[in-house]
Amino acid sequence: MSPRFEPITGRYLDLTLLDRPHRLYIEEAGQGIPLLCLHTAGSDGRQYRGLLNDKRIIDNYRVIVFDMPWHGKSSPPEGYQNEEYKLTSHGYIQMILEIADALELDRPVVMGCSIGGRIVLYLAHQHAKRFRAIIGLESAAHVAPYYDVEWLHRPDVHGGEVSAGVVSGLIAPTAPDNHRWETLWHYLQSGPGIFKGDLHFYKVDGDIRGKIDEIDGRASNLYLLTGEYDYSCTSEGTLDIARRTGAQATIMKGLGHFPMSEDPPKFISYLLPVLEKIRGAA
Amino acid sequence: MIERIPDMVNSDAHLIRRGRFLSTTFLVEIGDRGYLIKIIEGRVVSITPGPFVTPNYSFALRAPRDEWEMFWKKVPEPGHNDIFALFKRGKLKIEGDLHPFMANLLYIKDVLAAPRKEAA
Repeated sequence: MSPRFEPITGRYLDLTLLDRPHRLYIEEAGQGIPLLCLHTAGSDGRQYRGLLNDKRIIDNYRVIVFDMPWHGKSSPPEGYQNEEYKLTSHGYIQMILEIADALELDRPVVMGCSIGGRIVLYLAHQHAKRFRAIIGLESAAHVAPYYDVEWLHRPDVHGGEVSAGVVSGLIAPTAPDNHRWETLWHYLQSGPGIFKGDLHFYKVDGDIRGKIDEIDGRASNLYLLTGEYDYSCTSEGTLDIARRTGAQATIMKGLGHFPMSEDPPKFISYLLPVLEKIRGAA
Repeated sequence: MIERIPDMVNSDAHLIRRGRFLSTTFLVEIGDRGYLIKIIEGRVVSITPGPFVTPNYSFALRAPRDEWEMFWKKVPEPGHNDIFALFKRGKLKIEGDLHPFMANLLYIKDVLAAPRKEAA
């Protein structure tokens, strides 16, 4: 294989987030409508590598992916050694709005997966006007705990290995091996307790069941895409949100909980029509 | 299918390497039939079918027969592709000392799914 640079640019942004100085890692590619992408719990922006490299997308969209603080190449804030990381709905919403402002994004499209698929429901509920369209991947209003998350962060179990072990079955069995293991690698690399801290939002703090009926899926241009193999955010859960909000939902065949990372070409075949629709409405 | 696990695991050098720190015996129940799976340093050294008088094991995984059959299909249907999918649906029960299970989760998932390699 001859060497080639991908069209992605990665940079560090120093900014104040939630009243604290942060050093944030951001990747982007393309030009046009800003498309701000949110990764899953315990992972990082590399999940969107397929989108950032797809000419059909980056010809018309400026794809922007940040690693949340504590994730990927973004640092935890100063003093992290004296606190327990716990993501909350309030902190997560503020983070997204403040990053969009710092980048001076003009009514971006926001797309998030899993915890990102949950927080975009909050954005559709509270901040719809700030976004041109909202795309939820693997969106569920709530997921009850089905295993003890204490296993994810203790010194006698490798945190990365157990996190990858927990999520491995959420990948569709038909996903190509290279993308399956790349997706797992991001979990294998995650910082200690970070997946667990994100799940605080996913399973405890971020229960939006009581507000679903207040979301106007049509006015907020809400699109929901869920993989059929996702047993965490189920197809039924997504279709229920669509029914109650008027959002447009698609159940994706042969995909699981990490569609953009576990099988990028298959996912992009589902995403392109949505992006075309959003572009047509602009 | 479960009888195929030792051959499928022991012929996979990479899987053995990933499980090299695990030596334990665990119980798998397929409906009312129990099997003790003994692992030493990542190799499956025996599978002993019940009935047992005083079975000694670290942890147990119990699911109805039809659930295991769906789980062992070459390409399982949604909801049947992973032991966590089974227990989220309330079809699989896990109990006992979960430390060896969680500390070796990727390995144990692959041991349990090994019969898929030969499934029709």
